[in-house]
Amino acid sequence: MNWEIVIGLEVHTQLSTNTKIFSGASTAFGAEPNTQADAVSIALPGVLPVLNKGAVERAIKFGLATGSHIANRSVFARKNYFYPDLPKGYQISQFDLPVVGQGALTIQVEPLSGNAKPYEKTVRITRAHLEEDAGKSVHGDSQGVTGIDLNRAGTPLLEIVSEPDMSSAAEAVAYAKALHSLVRWIGICDGNMQEGSFRCDVNVSVRKPGQPLGTRREIKNLNSFKFMQQAIDYEVQWQIDTLENGGKIQQATVLFNPDTGETRSMRSKEDAHDYRYFPDPDLLPLEISSEWIERVRGTLPELPQAKQARYVNELGLSAYDAGLLTASRDIAMYFEECLEIAGADKAKICANWIVGDVTSHMNSSGIDLYLNLMGSAGVEICPVSPKQLANLISRIADNTVSNSGAKSIFKTIWLWDIVRNSPPENIVDYIIDRDNLKQVSDSGAIEALVDEIIAANAEKVAEYRSGKDKLFGFFVGLAMKASKGKANPAQLNDILKKKLEG
Amino acid sequence: MIDSSLAQLGAALRAKKISSVELTQNYLDRIAQLNPKLNAFITVNPEISLAQARAADARLAAGSAETLTGIPIAQKDIFCAKGWLTTCGSKMLHNFVSPYDAHVIAQFNNAGAINLGKTNMDEFAMGSSNETSHYGPVKNPWDTARVPGGSSGGTAAAVAARLCAAATGTDTGGSIRQPAALCGISGLKPTYGVCSRYGMIAFASSLDQAGPMGRSAEDLALMLNVMAGFDERDSTSLQRDKEDYTRGLNKPLNGLRIGLPKEFFAEGMGADVAKAVESAITEYKKLGATIVDISLPNSKLSVPVYYVLAPAEASSNLSRFDGVRYGYRAPEYTDLADMYEKSRAQGFGAEVKRRIMIGTYVLSHGYYDAYYLQAQKIRRLIAQDFTEAYKQCDVIMGPTSPSTAFKLGEKGDDPVQMYLSDIYTIAVNLAGLPGMSIPCGFGDNNMPVGLQIIGNYFDEARMLNVAHQYQLATDWHSRAPQGL
Amino acid sequence: MSLNSADVEKVARLARLAMDEQELQAAQTQLNNIFGLIAEMQAVDTKGIDPMSHAQDLAQRLREDVVTETNQREAFQAIAPQVEQGLYLVPQVIE
Repeated sequence: MNWEIVIGLEVHTQLSTNTKIFSGASTAFGAEPNTQADAVSIALPGVLPVLNKGAVERAIKFGLATGSHIANRSVFARKNYFYPDLPKGYQISQFDLPVVGQGALTIQVEPLSGNAKPYEKTVRITRAHLEEDAGKSVHGDSQGVTGIDLNRAGTPLLEIVSEPDMSSAAEAVAYAKALHSLVRWIGICDGNMQEGSFRCDVNVSVRKPGQPLGTRREIKNLNSFKFMQQAIDYEVQWQIDTLENGGKIQQATVLFNPDTGETRSMRSKEDAHDYRYFPDPDLLPLEISSEWIERVRGTLPELPQAKQARYVNELGLSAYDAGLLTASRDIAMYFEECLEIAGADKAKICANWIVGDVTSHMNSSGIDLYLNLMGSAGVEICPVSPKQLANLISRIADNTVSNSGAKSIFKTIWLWDIVRNSPPENIVDYIIDRDNLKQVSDSGAIEALVDEIIAANAEKVAEYRSGKDKLFGFFVGLAMKASKGKANPAQLNDILKKKLEG
Repeated sequence: MIDSSLAQLGAALRAKKISSVELTQNYLDRIAQLNPKLNAFITVNPEISLAQARAADARLAAGSAETLTGIPIAQKDIFCAKGWLTTCGSKMLHNFVSPYDAHVIAQFNNAGAINLGKTNMDEFAMGSSNETSHYGPVKNPWDTARVPGGSSGGTAAAVAARLCAAATGTDTGGSIRQPAALCGISGLKPTYGVCSRYGMIAFASSLDQAGPMGRSAEDLALMLNVMAGFDERDSTSLQRDKEDYTRGLNKPLNGLRIGLPKEFFAEGMGADVAKAVESAITEYKKLGATIVDISLPNSKLSVPVYYVLAPAEASSNLSRFDGVRYGYRAPEYTDLADMYEKSRAQGFGAEVKRRIMIGTYVLSHGYYDAYYLQAQKIRRLIAQDFTEAYKQCDVIMGPTSPSTAFKLGEKGDDPVQMYLSDIYTIAVNLAGLPGMSIPCGFGDNNMPVGLQIIGNYFDEARMLNVAHQYQLATDWHSRAPQGL
Repeated sequence: MSLNSADVEKVARLARLAMDEQELQAAQTQLNNIFGLIAEMQAVDTKGIDPMSHAQDLAQRLREDVVTETNQREAFQAIAPQVEQGLYLVPQVIE
């Protein structure tokens, strides 16, 4: 493949404020049409915008979390165009002087196919600016009419623009996922893609190595990472095919159709691009002092990269595990809560259980632990609480149960019907008792058991002693059966080995 | 009674010599009688006004009245008033009954003033003669074959004909001062940001200001006391300590330095206007003022700068008028684009469409730097000229308008001619300074002449003092058109 | 700067103003006259001058993030040209 792919992302994140960016109307999701569309939202004659402090604070948080330049002075500009979901006939946005300038996001990329290993990449952020969201078009039953709901009009958005630093669908998706995780992490956006809180536009172009940038097409309004990957793959192939057949790429805005898996150019709006930007005379320049920035810095939680480093350096986790545990703040909080109860020395085993059993149970239940579309589900709805997991880990560490015993306890808690049967305070001990899962760690008892088995299987013992090492498993199986699975496996192995050696 | 000042009316109401209902009914009767001739009012709602008057009388009886309680005030139809048809002089809003009150309207309501009716105006405040209104031109009470000026022509005519005790106007390039001059009344445009713009239908956001129009500086001061003040819903509204604009009215003018810009006394001004203005200056010298010759070198560029900036902002402000959520929607259209294009083409008048086109063009791709940005830079130069001038003088004076009221239809075909009527007033809006016009005599055809007084930022109290002292020594402001 | 008829048509379309041939021609003449008025502004040397967007050199005031507006749909839609089930209706929008 001798084509280079060049991808940049523009991500619109709805900020998690209570009210709109320029008026005191509520931004709560799901209200009846136009019941949260105040005079400013419907652009009655004579109304004026006043800026929401919460929106600015969230922009500052984003700037801090990405090491970006935060402008001391930024300006709001009008982007003029006509559309029924844009009541003023212009969108208040930022043009020349955005609130956040250059920054970067370091991501972990997992190649989507082939045997390549995951790798790290830094994607540069060009800018992030504040603007207002438009309303919604509702295509109803009536023929030839569209309904307009302006509840969403005026919701604060932070538009995050990246440099065209990505060169594959895998990198684009990894960047989008990392950004998604970050905005949720710092609490500026709920990331609910189904509700439209996090919308990605992807700019794609191709070129031969060494050649200048090709003409790009923009895939708009992707609200799922899976669709993003499919859309990019299709678009890249389409552009390559077009160029290889002697065609030219026209700049266009395209939509992805999930049913067909294809991207299609939108109806052309030739003069739609003359937005006639000019500074909004109804708003004064936004000034952000260094004192304010420092105050906001103090409210930020420990950021993913710092946490990851701490997990590796102080807790001894692998970089890979640390990465998985910091994929979202929910997971990290789950891990840390568990650790608080179980003890810092249990870090590795806690990590293993979360990355292992918790994840696989979540996956089989159909909940994507790390990146789910519902925005706030995930570890928060895991049926096993951090405290319960910590208790379980303690019982493994003190040899009360074996690993396999623990797995069965975990499953029991997972499936516990909390509606019919209120779970006891210490559910782990309760289940150990009820299901008789205490493992036998009494070496005397195990020795006695092993003696019996050796005595009853003299032929096999002789075969083992003559070199058939594989028979070891046979003896382990017998011992496990005889002890009804309760023999401490580590101890059993030691004792069995010693006695079989003779 | 119709010749009484606001202070006199207030005293009479409080002394129970007259009730608010009687006063209001009196004005309503005059409107019914004279408005067909002048077309100063677009909307009158006698029931609502009288209901307000009854409430005012109750307040007066209870002793909780304020200065303007019970006094009927006319409101320019650019202010959204809840439950009132608010047209902005346009077909586009022919059916717009506002669901909310502008801040200025609310201030008057809280003060207990009576909303006497909505006055006629140039469509969307674009004009200098009140001839662009969809609801027909307004006639100058001094000569009904002539224009009253604009855009606050309806207000100026209503005040001059004493169809109200006082009224509100708005001023973007001279729309309070010029009609005040042409109708022989007083009008004030405050410093930008002193009055809230919330609910005042926007023309050019960085230039628009609300202001009082009345028959004396004293009346303007009382009006401004009610109109001015911070409003949290307007980001350009200024947070300042509350002022009593009457506080300085009676100061003597000894030592007052009056700057006369040479650019305001050059050619272009009618000889009759020059004569009246010069007599006024002579009067001020008698009152103790000294004259300083100053220059505002960049003021000659104010008209071209204004006719780039104001249409640019207006073209954007008027984009919300699309027939979707309120206002005029074309009765027939084929699709969405057609609905927009027809609703706007049919709903807007010719002058408005012209300015939207100019504004759209100067903002469009490739022209922004040469026009819009350039105009904003020159704007700063114009403002700087004033700052320099105020180092040498306290107030600046000159004619308000180059001529007295012209005939209806006289400047019809050539917009540029009409634009040049604003030559003395525009620079004040560009700088954001306060400006006022008071009557200072009569010119050709016995039509009124206005003297413009321009103050430094936030110097309204001094300007009103300067005007008031002149009005104590002269009686131009007390004259009224014959037969009305 | 002189506008030709294509310029005028483009501006009218950008501004969503329907115009017939006659109106476009009249607009072209009038606009060119007005641009004649504006022309003298172009020649002025403004190097180094800061554009003036606002009368006062102040910063934007910020509003606390607290809900202050209530549902006024009924009052607002009473004056709307066409509504159904709480939605403003327009001719179908095709993407």
